[in-house]
Amino acid sequence: MSVNHAIRAEKFVSDEKKVNWHDETLWHVRYKRDLSSKSIPEWEQLREMASAIKAHTLAHLDDYLIKFEQKATENGIQVHWAINAAEHNQIVNRIIQESGAKKVVKSKSMLTEECQLNPYLKERGIEVVDTDLGERIVQLAEEPPSHIVLPAIHKKKEEVGELFHQKLGTPKGLHDPIALADAARNDLRYRFLQADVAITGVNFAIAETGGFVVCTNEGNADMGAHLAPVHIACMGIEKLIPKMDHLGVFLRLLARSATGQPITAYSSHFHKPRPGAMMHIVLVDNGRTEVLGKPDFRRSLNCIRCGACMNTCPIYRRSGGHSYGATIPGPIGSILSPNIDLKKYSSLPFASTLCGSCSDVCPVKIDIHTQLYKWRQIIGKESDMPATKKWGMRLTGLLFSHPLWYRKAGSMSRRLLRILPKKIVNNPFTVWGKSRDLPSAPTMSFRDWYLKNRKDG
Amino acid sequence: MVVGLFIPCYIDQFFPEVGIACLDLLEKQGIKVEFPLDQTCCGQPMANSGCERDGVGAAQLLVKNFHSFDFIVCPSGSCTAHVRDHFDILEQTEAVKKVRANTYELTEFLIDILKVGQLDAYFPHKVGFHASCHGLRGLNLGLSSELNGTAFSKPHQLLNMVEGIELIELSRQDECCGFGGTFAVSEEAVSVKMGNDRIADHESHGAEVITGGDMSCLMHLKGLLTRQNSTMKVMHIAEILNHSKQ
Amino acid sequence: MDKSRSTILNKIKRNKPECFSLPEVIRIDRPTEDLVEQFSTMVKAVGGSCLVGDSYKELNNELKGMFPDVMKIWSGDPNIMKGNMHISQGDPHEWEVLDLCIVKGQFGVAENGAIWVQESDLPERVAPFICQHLAIVLEKERIVAHMHQAYLQLKFPFPGFGVFISGPSKTADIEQSLVVGAHGPKSLTVCLI
Repeated sequence: MSVNHAIRAEKFVSDEKKVNWHDETLWHVRYKRDLSSKSIPEWEQLREMASAIKAHTLAHLDDYLIKFEQKATENGIQVHWAINAAEHNQIVNRIIQESGAKKVVKSKSMLTEECQLNPYLKERGIEVVDTDLGERIVQLAEEPPSHIVLPAIHKKKEEVGELFHQKLGTPKGLHDPIALADAARNDLRYRFLQADVAITGVNFAIAETGGFVVCTNEGNADMGAHLAPVHIACMGIEKLIPKMDHLGVFLRLLARSATGQPITAYSSHFHKPRPGAMMHIVLVDNGRTEVLGKPDFRRSLNCIRCGACMNTCPIYRRSGGHSYGATIPGPIGSILSPNIDLKKYSSLPFASTLCGSCSDVCPVKIDIHTQLYKWRQIIGKESDMPATKKWGMRLTGLLFSHPLWYRKAGSMSRRLLRILPKKIVNNPFTVWGKSRDLPSAPTMSFRDWYLKNRKDG
Repeated sequence: MVVGLFIPCYIDQFFPEVGIACLDLLEKQGIKVEFPLDQTCCGQPMANSGCERDGVGAAQLLVKNFHSFDFIVCPSGSCTAHVRDHFDILEQTEAVKKVRANTYELTEFLIDILKVGQLDAYFPHKVGFHASCHGLRGLNLGLSSELNGTAFSKPHQLLNMVEGIELIELSRQDECCGFGGTFAVSEEAVSVKMGNDRIADHESHGAEVITGGDMSCLMHLKGLLTRQNSTMKVMHIAEILNHSKQ
Repeated sequence: MDKSRSTILNKIKRNKPECFSLPEVIRIDRPTEDLVEQFSTMVKAVGGSCLVGDSYKELNNELKGMFPDVMKIWSGDPNIMKGNMHISQGDPHEWEVLDLCIVKGQFGVAENGAIWVQESDLPERVAPFICQHLAIVLEKERIVAHMHQAYLQLKFPFPGFGVFISGPSKTADIEQSLVVGAHGPKSLTVCLI
């Protein structure tokens, strides 16, 4: 089933009040990012460095993964390898089942969302509670997250209040964010204390030490990992960086790009399991090695999941994350998703004006807008394009290759536009004409004018 | 100096006044301008739709028409960017390489090549500048608001030479207008919303005229303005820079 | 699973790009005169409080004033305040009742108000997260300008667990309204000595 971004976006835009609020809210996050980035004189150098570190790492990814595994294992972390989402889920499930666990808490991990871990575990009798407040909200609402950093950005506090009233028993009509967050804190605190297994994501894994870093503002990853007897960290293989030193670059870029904060409240560095507890890390491929082999798209593996591209994208802000129908929405999602399923996500690279703002804010300098253009060409060749578009483009291409035909077509169109009543020209069925007037049609083209007024041999 | 004038297809057909202003403006700088009569289009509409192969014919025709010129000037940031960045799909003959290296957008040609320091232009109105994306980020006509660096803008440099002009500030300095080529039709709802938001920004800051370097963006905004019976006008930057007291 | 390991590694070998040399991490020079000032400004900016004192007595009084009713205290620095909670059997769940956790910080970072706290300074890894309020004691001379310098302070062997803490726990997940005190502590007080 193909995702039709345009239809979903149209629905989102039709609620003017909501789309304005969504747009303003995310623009404000972009604004905070700007203030933060401009306070660092060496910002552009940092971006260049981060991009170069990633390029180097990808060129030596196998060696670094082997090194990471060796160091992590020496430190008592059990390392697992998963070629795809299914294997990742099997591994996590096996660890949970072997530990006899029934209650699992999970902090934010887009990877586990990508692998659809929660429903997989639920089918096997394991209850997973997402502990990041935004993720908890969408979990209770039985929706996917709409933003990778701000999962519930599409929900107004009244909606959250009603949701908490139904699912957590808060008083009806309670909308104050502080009170609602407090209710979630109490509910989740109990779950942290009861949890048998804590699952976390990984922001960065360090090859030279075998350790990994998890960044949160809420402290939920730590509340899970330091209480549960078993900690499972799930990681895409592209999250690896060579040295501890490099964290200086990435941690300076991450939070500033994501929310404008100088750093998240907690940047937790895990190297060893705590005494008496177990620590696992699952290294996941799931299509990443394939992207690695595509020179046009491999830079998308630089992504540190900051969400800056979403906050700046004028289309994302006005269509919402759910319009993309993908685990990761927005500009970065539109270049990652076609690799997973070209047919399903073929509308995503076209959900863009190629304005290039995303590439400018990307802390790791992914050439997002260029990759969007390149995906369009692949989709144009390999996907089923509607016949009208396919033949329309071919015809237009032919017309533009022949000056005489182009001129004739041009003057005919203009004549038609001048003759036809405005009501017919500017009507909803021409799509353009739904909300805009077509340009008026001059009697002379520029060429006509030039021949008449300037051509002097 | 002889300049080859590259007039985008939609300007040729629908906005000849922009081509005329561009020609006038260049000739006033004392350079000889030639308009190859058999030009059509750069092929961008096809390429942006994912059909870059269908744009090859147009691209080759462009190279054929322009390869003899040392300077090719175009009053469009997106068409210029397309030639420089996406003509890599053609076999890189000497002619293709020459055209790619020597195609300039109008304002960058005036500032970087002709080093224009003053203009005999008069336009006593409140003007909002729309920073079309391909020109801004693709051709580096200015520093985009996302980047750290010293602010600069070639179009603003030129507009500031116009007597009587009052350039307004915007809340969102360089947000996209939502045209995006076939995006304007394939994602009509978002496109229109983006355009209306740009218009509202200009309107709230008192613009009488919206200008920019790309007639495609302006055509989209004009369509919305006309439908809303707005008094705000659109003019290509060439028309303002060429606007004299008469 | 070993099969998966070799499948992944072989695929990487086949698909990886040309060698790309590792860049040097930039060494930015920053003036060091007003690091304490910068640091305390940032701590406040990220929602924490900063007590600057010349003596432990001073800090002790201020802290007592901030938490008059606090019941269970663990302190990693008896000079600042004595605790009344003792390390028991190593069950992290027992720390649920902790009201105020006072820990020693190894060093601070001026650009973001972050402080490095590591396992050896904690009774349990969960302590600075599960407590209701957190206080970190930090020597003024141990403040560096930025994160690059921070990582120069961390030397092998790395602790089993360490964390940069910047401000109290927080969230803005409900309509972007900032709420201080998400799952972690509701307040952070930095005691600079």
